[in-house]
Amino acid sequence: MIHSFIGDLGHLFVIITLVTAVFAAFCYFIASKKDGLQANPWKINGRFFFTLHAIAVTGIVFCLFYIIYNHYFEYHYAWSHSSRQLPTHYMISCFWEGQEGSFLLWIFWHALLGIIIILTNKFWESSVMTVFSLVQIFLASMILGIVIPGLDIKLGSSPFILLRDAIDAPIFSSQPDFVPEDGTGLNPLLQNYWMVIHPPTLFLGFALCTVPFAYCIGGLWKKRYRDWIRPALPWALVGGAILGLGILMGGYWAYETLNFGGYWNWDPVENAVYVPWLFLVAAIHTMITFRSSETALKASIILVITTFILILYSTFLTRSGVLGESSVHSFTDLGLSGQLLIYLLFFTLGAIILSAVRWNELPTTEKEASTYSREFWIFIGAVVLCLMGFQVLIPTSIPVYNKILELFGVVSNLAPPADQVGFYTKFQLWFSVLVALLSGTGQFFWWKKMDKEALKNSLTIPVVITLILTMVIILIKDVAEPSYIVLLLASVYTVVANGKIFIDVIRKSPGLSGGAITHIGVGLMLIGIMFSSGYSKVVSLNTTGMLISKESSNEFNSENLLLFVNEPKEMAGYQLKYKGERVESTSPSVFINKNDIEKTATDYLVTAKKDIEDDGEVVFSKGDTIKISAENTYYAIEYTDQSGNSFDLYPRAQVNESMGGLLASPDIKRGLSKDLYTHVSSIRSPNEKVEWSDLEEFKVSPGNNFFVNDYVSHIDRVERLDHIEGIDLAADDVAVKVSITVEGEDKEYLAQPIFLIKDGMVGRIADEINDLGIKFTALNIHPDENAFTIGANTRQKDWVVLKAMEKPFINVLWGGTLLLIIGFGVAINRRYKEFKKMREKGME
Amino acid sequence: MKASHIIGIVVIAVAIGIIIVTAGDASSYVTFDQAKEMADNGNNNSIHVVGELPKTGSGDITGIEPSIDKLSFSFVMVDENKKEQRVFYNEPMPTDFKRSEKVVVIGSYKEDLFVADKILMKCPSKYQEKTVNAGI
Repeated sequence: MIHSFIGDLGHLFVIITLVTAVFAAFCYFIASKKDGLQANPWKINGRFFFTLHAIAVTGIVFCLFYIIYNHYFEYHYAWSHSSRQLPTHYMISCFWEGQEGSFLLWIFWHALLGIIIILTNKFWESSVMTVFSLVQIFLASMILGIVIPGLDIKLGSSPFILLRDAIDAPIFSSQPDFVPEDGTGLNPLLQNYWMVIHPPTLFLGFALCTVPFAYCIGGLWKKRYRDWIRPALPWALVGGAILGLGILMGGYWAYETLNFGGYWNWDPVENAVYVPWLFLVAAIHTMITFRSSETALKASIILVITTFILILYSTFLTRSGVLGESSVHSFTDLGLSGQLLIYLLFFTLGAIILSAVRWNELPTTEKEASTYSREFWIFIGAVVLCLMGFQVLIPTSIPVYNKILELFGVVSNLAPPADQVGFYTKFQLWFSVLVALLSGTGQFFWWKKMDKEALKNSLTIPVVITLILTMVIILIKDVAEPSYIVLLLASVYTVVANGKIFIDVIRKSPGLSGGAITHIGVGLMLIGIMFSSGYSKVVSLNTTGMLISKESSNEFNSENLLLFVNEPKEMAGYQLKYKGERVESTSPSVFINKNDIEKTATDYLVTAKKDIEDDGEVVFSKGDTIKISAENTYYAIEYTDQSGNSFDLYPRAQVNESMGGLLASPDIKRGLSKDLYTHVSSIRSPNEKVEWSDLEEFKVSPGNNFFVNDYVSHIDRVERLDHIEGIDLAADDVAVKVSITVEGEDKEYLAQPIFLIKDGMVGRIADEINDLGIKFTALNIHPDENAFTIGANTRQKDWVVLKAMEKPFINVLWGGTLLLIIGFGVAINRRYKEFKKMREKGME
Repeated sequence: MKASHIIGIVVIAVAIGIIIVTAGDASSYVTFDQAKEMADNGNNNSIHVVGELPKTGSGDITGIEPSIDKLSFSFVMVDENKKEQRVFYNEPMPTDFKRSEKVVVIGSYKEDLFVADKILMKCPSKYQEKTVNAGI
């Protein structure tokens, strides 16, 4: 049955969302043109429409979630992003896996922020909300999904489209009401708790960048050039904190889930968020300068506008399909390129024209900033941040240049730099050095009036401490690369210098310590990035001396290790042993050896062949049915270090047919000074046909040993079965289970083939020992000789190819991130108090 | 000269420097023949080649040869000029490789073999399924 009501309702809400946004924009526009009491009725109308708008947005969210939650697979969105087996918390991720849903998320945050602005602001409401409503008109049009009659132009892509309308499959012509039994599921890489919180955080960051922009436009428009910065600053800080947090969550997700071995890959999609964040941080610095000294107003206006335009530009880059071949994870093109371009151009041109018209009226300060003033150094810092962003923006936009040249009939074959990491690092490293030096020194200028003498006095102690500390780190960690030494020196300096400031400030006024904390965080992050990336070391080197491939030259050395089950190998001070495949039970979560369970007809249900223990406690008893997450297989790797301590890591591979095979995720042994990062890079594919050897026959009596694949084996026990699952046994039928024990390298394995006579015919059910690659079949019974004929097939032993890396000091990076966010928090608190004070005076 | 002018000049200089270096470091999309020519001329820069994996009539991909120890593999790729070329990659086969409709290899020729440092795959159906089967 097609549940068309909920989709129609959702679509209706989309239309209401768009229409109310248009009305709200219009009312607020009129309201901000009028003064005093005359504006009030229009303002009230605007408020009414925007509230209605927010309610409709919530309605869309509800409808879409209802469809996903109730598994209405007749809807394309539910079918392509969800499945019946998906736990509820991942259904939330389905919501924004698709492009339409992620637009919806963005719209939702805007609606929420709009309501907060209406509730907290008095003076700025009309002009700010005009901008907000305009943004919402464009965003709502992206999920409209309406074809304009006559013009044949499709406006937006609706999340409420039915499967039969979205996909041209033959089944729908014969059965229009066909509803698939199950959806195609959520991309397994996204089934991770970071993916539940990372996209909303990022989109909240995006949405927050609109607020300072809206204030800035409001300020220019209403000619309150100086006043907009005060209410905009706390919002800019919140935006900086949330966007930064979102970016780093993405990095952490990549580190923990993807197997490219790092947290940052200079992928265009990553760059597209990093660049606006740098500009936003630069804008925050100039805004703070303006608040304390009335300078850098023009710079603040330019930077706030640029940040917002860059957000739009990055939306365009990632969603228009222009990145195509150069990015692994941009969205597919939904035919929205034109709409996105209009959105981008409207706000870009609008903001530029408005600023150009007002430019000569902007108040300026005539006096030249002295090189000993704080304004000067903060301004330099902002400039460095902008150049840092500019450097990333230029190569990321290469596909855009190709497209533009194509429009003029020129075929351009420009590609992004081949070695992205090397290319970006060579610039970003030196920019980071400058950022670190400036954020160390700039803080001294901030807190004290400086001249040559005072500067010398303040700097002496931090510089001495920095030099000593850096020397110690260089010696201990053996840092030899000159550029790394410079970066380390600069980063340690910023930590030490800001540490000194922090100690001074925290005693007098802890509320003002935000800057110092943030900058300590930045220094620590740089140290963490430098060590974890610069000194990341592949430890799974192939030391066998065997040639990997005749074709490759000697300069290649394989960075992977082939491990056969239970055969230990040496690696970088560890002895590694692959202990076989594991599955994870859902509740309680335990890793279970695949040999200890038997499959059932349902994928995600298995029965226990024997008691399953975890930490010495029996978790499941023999015969229990266990629910497992069927798509995940874990590879148990035992590490033993030289002093004999051992631990297990469980890197994961997901078998997912619709994703085209295997997806590997790492497991990480975390340590204070370094992480050991391990992932499988190749496994025996479960879908490929296994090549079994020819059947080998053994005639044996219980208790006598025989050798299969060089393993000692013997028949333990023989029992008659009364029933077998899935087979009806009549009174005359006979079923015998033969228990064979195989002595593996360090444990015994059990195989239980079944010999069956049913309706006078012989049947045989084979049993496989997965780890050892042996399959046993009970071929015949010889009651007179008390013997059995056992057949054995063997295959290559279970194996796994592993890659392991050491990531030194990566926790310094995560720790630094935490400090950065705390610092932002302190600063937000301070600026919000300022704003509140002014509002109580009736100024905002 | 005012300090602000000096800063302005420095900023412009750095920006121009960035653009020049980016232009110099930018790679390009070429065909195998062009890549071979570059290598013969002693130019060992990494370049991008876009192509597809050859398929038999029944849709099986041909020409993939994993090494014995599974730690590397080589495959045949057909570029946009329909030229077939064996490509070697010193890593295990990436996930999704066999399903990719388009492959971008980044690397250079080592004599007659194209050695890829990196493989990018394009799977249009990764996020959007194209058809629905009655069975599911």
